[in-house]
Amino acid sequence: MIELNNVSKTYANGVNALNNIDIFIEKGEFVYVVGPSGAGKSSFIKMIYREERPTEGSIQIHGTDLMTLKEKHVPFLRRKIGVVFQDFKLLPKLSVFENVAFALEVIEEPKDVIRRRVMEVLDIVKLKNKARFLPDELSGGEQQRVSIARAVVNNPRVVIADEPTGNLDPDTSWEIMEILENINRNGTTVLMATHNREIVNAIKKRVIAIEGGRVVRDEPKGDYGYER
Amino acid sequence: MKGRTLARHGKEGLKNLGRNSWMSFASISAVTIMLFVVGVFLLLIVNMNSFISSVEEDVEVQVYIELGTSDQEQAELEQQLKNLDHVESVTYLSKDEGLDRLIDSLGQDSEAFESLRDENPLNDAFIVQASEPQQTEAVAEAASGLSYIDSIDYGEQVVEQLFNVTKILRIIGLVLVAGLMFTAMFLISNTIKLTIVARQQEIQIMKLVGATNSFIRWPFFVEGLLLGVFGAVIPIAAITGGYHYLYTNYADKLSIDFAEILPVYPLTLQISAVLIGIGVLVGIWGSITSVRKFLKV
Ligand SMILES: Nc1ncnc2c1ncn2[C@@H]1O[C@H](COP(=O)(O)OP(=O)(O)OP(=O)(O)O)[C@@H](O)[C@H]1O
Ligand SMILES: [Mg+2]
Repeated sequence: MIELNNVSKTYANGVNALNNIDIFIEKGEFVYVVGPSGAGKSSFIKMIYREERPTEGSIQIHGTDLMTLKEKHVPFLRRKIGVVFQDFKLLPKLSVFENVAFALEVIEEPKDVIRRRVMEVLDIVKLKNKARFLPDELSGGEQQRVSIARAVVNNPRVVIADEPTGNLDPDTSWEIMEILENINRNGTTVLMATHNREIVNAIKKRVIAIEGGRVVRDEPKGDYGYER
Repeated sequence: MKGRTLARHGKEGLKNLGRNSWMSFASISAVTIMLFVVGVFLLLIVNMNSFISSVEEDVEVQVYIELGTSDQEQAELEQQLKNLDHVESVTYLSKDEGLDRLIDSLGQDSEAFESLRDENPLNDAFIVQASEPQQTEAVAEAASGLSYIDSIDYGEQVVEQLFNVTKILRIIGLVLVAGLMFTAMFLISNTIKLTIVARQQEIQIMKLVGATNSFIRWPFFVEGLLLGVFGAVIPIAAITGGYHYLYTNYADKLSIDFAEILPVYPLTLQISAVLIGIGVLVGIWGSITSVRKFLKV
């Protein structure tokens, strides 16, 4: 369960990215967040795993109040939320394997579990044969898949993906969607910011549209909506 | 923290040295150069200090006994000298032994004095050693009040000047070492900081995927420790080797009769321990203080 009440965000430079947002997402839902570039989608997403804090309003994640959450408890919140970052955020000096394994090392899993689990998800994102590569030896789409693998490797309760298909060819995009749907079928909440009209219109899910920092539309099994 | 996580941090710290090889190289070089300079200075200062101590310890009060003093009176005087404050030891020195000592100390020009052996101008004497070199003057003064004494000699001016000089030398030495160490610490931790600033983004990413601050800090701790240890290797080898060479080949030339250059062991072992200690402290301090700044994400 993710609940935002009257959330506003003004960045330090004065940019007003979100205005009085009210959103309620049930456990196990699959939600698209759409809207033009600069609308505030990433800002909204960053609130949820506490990369940014709202300047106003309140946020609750699975019963945790993010407004009163102590700094030292933030890592434990983030472990419950797998994030596919818009800019991937891979550790540049770690191999593909090590990048994905990192999410399991922080929760102190045993080495053999880490090995097995990492190879499993690398298999799912079709990067098993590049496990030893460094991020800058990969294409943009491959880096994105590593980011996805890292986000799902510890079976988080919520997966947030900021344009997970942004750099992928159509075929791979569909494969990524299959991965996200599979995770969702197992009860994980999935929240996905996207500009991908074909996917939104084909795989019907709840659509939240943000424009100018406000929610302008919120409908179950909605359309992408914006005309070309 | 689980044991396997600690092992992970150790391995990760070691790997990070390799992953950031150029930065590691820069840091280790800085540690190496500074520790080498500190080590050389330590050697010099410890030797100078021991040199000064032996010069100081050589200071003694010669109490010449009045001619015609009986054995019993002499024993009385000896007891009285022993009872004075700050007296470490009282040794009897007959006038013949006294002359031997004098002639010995004169070295090459001694032959001229050999003729004195028939007509020894010296008196028998007690050699009084103060418990601390600085008390020599006080002991001499107290002794001068006793009877059966012909004269007292402790090289008044020489002793006073000697203590003034040694005091200044010690202070200069201390200031030099302290100043060097601070410069070293500053330079090294700054180099390490630079290498970590370059990794600021990595630290932020680790935090975003759920790493706690201590989880991030540990490998840096290990890394700093290793930088210190690796940086100490060359200075220790060079200083031990160099000092060993110096000692075996030039020990005589570097020593003046009573004041000798210190033996290789345990001195070089002690200095090695100090160098590793400084290296490790500076390495850990440099890396931990730098990481701290970037942990607030
Ligand atoms: N760290 C920041 N500091 C200041 N302003 C920011 C920051 N991040 C985003 N903004 C501003 O907030 C607004 C919303 O940005 P945001 O990244 O949320 O948009 P978005 O909907 O994700 O766009 P896109 O589809 O291009 O990813 C923009 O005007 C942007 O310039
Ligand atoms: Mg965005």
